[in-house]
Amino acid sequence: MAAEGSSSIDALGQFQLHPALGAIGRSVNFTQSNLMMVVACALVLGLLWIGMRPRAMVPGRLQAAAELGYETIMSMCVEQIGPEGRKFFPMVFTLFFFILFGNLLGVFPYFFTFTSHIMVTLGLSLLVFVLVTVVAIREHGWHFFSYFLPQGIPVALAPLLVVIEVISYLSRIISLSVRLFANMMAGHVMLEVFGAFIVMLGGLGLLGYIPAALSLGLNTILIGFELLVAVLQAYVFAVLTCIYLHDAVHLH
Amino acid sequence: MDLASAKMIGAGFAVIALAGVGVGIGTIFGSLVSSVARNPAARDRVFGLAILGFALTEAVALYALVIAFIILFV
Repeated sequence: MAAEGSSSIDALGQFQLHPALGAIGRSVNFTQSNLMMVVACALVLGLLWIGMRPRAMVPGRLQAAAELGYETIMSMCVEQIGPEGRKFFPMVFTLFFFILFGNLLGVFPYFFTFTSHIMVTLGLSLLVFVLVTVVAIREHGWHFFSYFLPQGIPVALAPLLVVIEVISYLSRIISLSVRLFANMMAGHVMLEVFGAFIVMLGGLGLLGYIPAALSLGLNTILIGFELLVAVLQAYVFAVLTCIYLHDAVHLH
Repeated sequence: MDLASAKMIGAGFAVIALAGVGVGIGTIFGSLVSSVARNPAARDRVFGLAILGFALTEAVALYALVIAFIILFV
């Protein structure tokens, strides 16, 4: 929260974790972040279950939304991974919707964005990394390690390139997690900073009202941008998961 | 120079990286416009790729921003 009247902006205070659900939450360390994860899961399940219950030929709104999500992710899997992509559809679908609802929930006031914590996104990206490696080793056995040696290069360069390839393979964990975390965190910090500007400038009296109104307008635009980023980052996470799975299945 | 002002200057230096990201995003959407102008039928396919490229490039900006935040607030 912005410190009213003081000149410093506590932009990172909004990401602090607090125990949720009273005494029970305190005793098992159940924070508002975990609560939001449960809410996101419940919303996804609710959308799919309630949406698909009518099973109408001409879908209603909820059914159309559920079908749209299904078809988008299915076509993404098949396009990026190939025909084998159908196997990985459930996981990519789950990841996409979990992250999407997590990102979108954060735009609402008094809600917490659980994807704005590096621990959460790191967990998700480690899951993807381990899955990709296990799939690659299961599909190709020892041949998997030829992934780190690009074909048709001079032997003299091999030691250098293998090191580079291994580092780039391992850095997927960091890039995948930091991308999502940084996007969500930076967006919310920006909202907080401009929100604090409104309070500070409003305190200046008549002179401050015009810049305060400007930052209020900017905050409104930023909320719209946040909605775009929320959907985009969930999509990018899912697409990158598919691309990594493609590498694992086909090796280059 | 005390630590607080050095931190501010450092955070300012950290976001110089955004210049490169600006060039990158401009290149991506410039290429998108020219490729759609050449072949409007390819719009849907190319637009998805452009959005992916945009998100990947924008992530670089956010790495720099995170470093600036770490310098400033942590």
